[in-house]
Amino acid sequence: MTERLRSVSPPLVVGIGGLLAWELVLGVVQPKGFVLPAPSAILASLIENQAVIVTAVQSTGFVVITGLLFGVTVGVLAALAVSRFRLADETITPLAVAVSAIPIIALAPIFNAWFGLTSPRSNQLVVTLLVFFPIFINTTRGLTDTDPDQIDLMRSYGASRWQITKEVRIPSAMPFFFTALKIAVALAVIAAIVSEYFGGRQDALGPLIVQNAGFARFAAAWAAVLAGSLIGIGLYALARLAERLAMPWQEAVNAGVDD
Amino acid sequence: MNKDDRDQAVEATSVTKVFNQGKPNEVLALDDVSVAVAQREFLSLIGPSGCGKSTMLRLMAALTHPSEGTVLVNGKPADQARRDRDYGMAFQTAGLFDWRTVSQNVELPLQLMGWSKSDRRRRATEMLDLVRLEGFGGHYPRELSGGMQQRVAIARALSFSPSILFMDEPFGALDEITREHMQTELLRIWDETDTTVVFVTHSIPEAVFLSERVLVMSPRPGRIAAVIPVDLGERNFDTRESTEFFERVTAVRKALRQPDDGTGQLL
Repeated sequence: MTERLRSVSPPLVVGIGGLLAWELVLGVVQPKGFVLPAPSAILASLIENQAVIVTAVQSTGFVVITGLLFGVTVGVLAALAVSRFRLADETITPLAVAVSAIPIIALAPIFNAWFGLTSPRSNQLVVTLLVFFPIFINTTRGLTDTDPDQIDLMRSYGASRWQITKEVRIPSAMPFFFTALKIAVALAVIAAIVSEYFGGRQDALGPLIVQNAGFARFAAAWAAVLAGSLIGIGLYALARLAERLAMPWQEAVNAGVDD
Repeated sequence: MNKDDRDQAVEATSVTKVFNQGKPNEVLALDDVSVAVAQREFLSLIGPSGCGKSTMLRLMAALTHPSEGTVLVNGKPADQARRDRDYGMAFQTAGLFDWRTVSQNVELPLQLMGWSKSDRRRRATEMLDLVRLEGFGGHYPRELSGGMQQRVAIARALSFSPSILFMDEPFGALDEITREHMQTELLRIWDETDTTVVFVTHSIPEAVFLSERVLVMSPRPGRIAAVIPVDLGERNFDTRESTEFFERVTAVRKALRQPDDGTGQLL
């Protein structure tokens, strides 16, 4: 427990100290509100606009989570196909690289035209496309970057290709996959909110930020940004939890057992 | 029983292995090599890097195929023997699966063979007893030392009672003390299980201490330079200090130094 406290306290001290400094400096300098509202003002705005923000978090959260699920699923399936079939590798990999080179968020207005200006489909598609690439590339790397001795061993047991995939390739890919997932979570939140600037549901975080900033309600805009980062932090924590559950062996440290 | 009366566990006849055939980086790894290993024999392959000893072992295990010649294992084509799981394997890296507990690692081949969970568990416990790792079944490999990991690898290789054990420098990454200890353990296990062992090593004393025969190989192209029979009888701590031991070590060392004299024998 003290160990845990020690690992949590430094960022906590720096974070709270930073907020305090922020508050104090603003109290002394007193700039105009649009430069930077004080943390207390943002917090007050967050509480005041609670209902609107909760709705917005649900709306954007839906886009983030569904987009993530699609992007991760497609990314993992593509990685499995690529690591298994040479033909898939030769077709999918160059396409994936080409797609990743497109500035995907810039496509948001075009997707709006496809799906309708207030449909969340365009936002989901942006998130999916953005999440796909890091998941695909890293998982492919993990699936192919295996210990040759382990593959030989499986072959010596007369194991089938699927057995080799299941027992060696997939477990080997897990650390790569979860690293990518943690990156993807942050990307998904950014992709959802920025794409919402252009269209999608009007009760989401994106429009909330745009409208409040437009009407010079900067504390409220910041409160919405804060709510967005809470989605990111929450999903990151979930990804970390899933990682620990999926890879219990990673927690096993050298317990000092010796001959 | 005289060695020659035993059935052959491995019979490689006029085996040639060329890597990257027809390409500019073509390498003749093995040139017309014939090896026979008797049932229940302990045979070592020794030689400098690039002599093809690991390739020879991989050919026996049907992990790669000869360019010319044939390899029979237990009288069957090597590929068939692999599918029949006639042999177990151990490598220099223990090759344990980090994501499986020690017990699950030992159970892996049994699981692939469709053993029931309870049979698997019981067998794994027996095997861990055999390699003196009682009580470590629930640990993850990375919690164990290098020597213990290598013992798990041996337990795994023997879990399904294969008649042959192919070992590729299994103790190469261990410190000298652990290594000598593991050699003694391996001889005990060999004695208790009636397994044929083909053992690839860089170490002359290791080859001499363990084997009934040492096959000395020479590089570029890989050939058998000499066959050194060893008969140290019951081996114990004093064996390593005995005159016979040093004689055999010297014989192997000489064979390693000499170019192939063409007779294939050095005695």
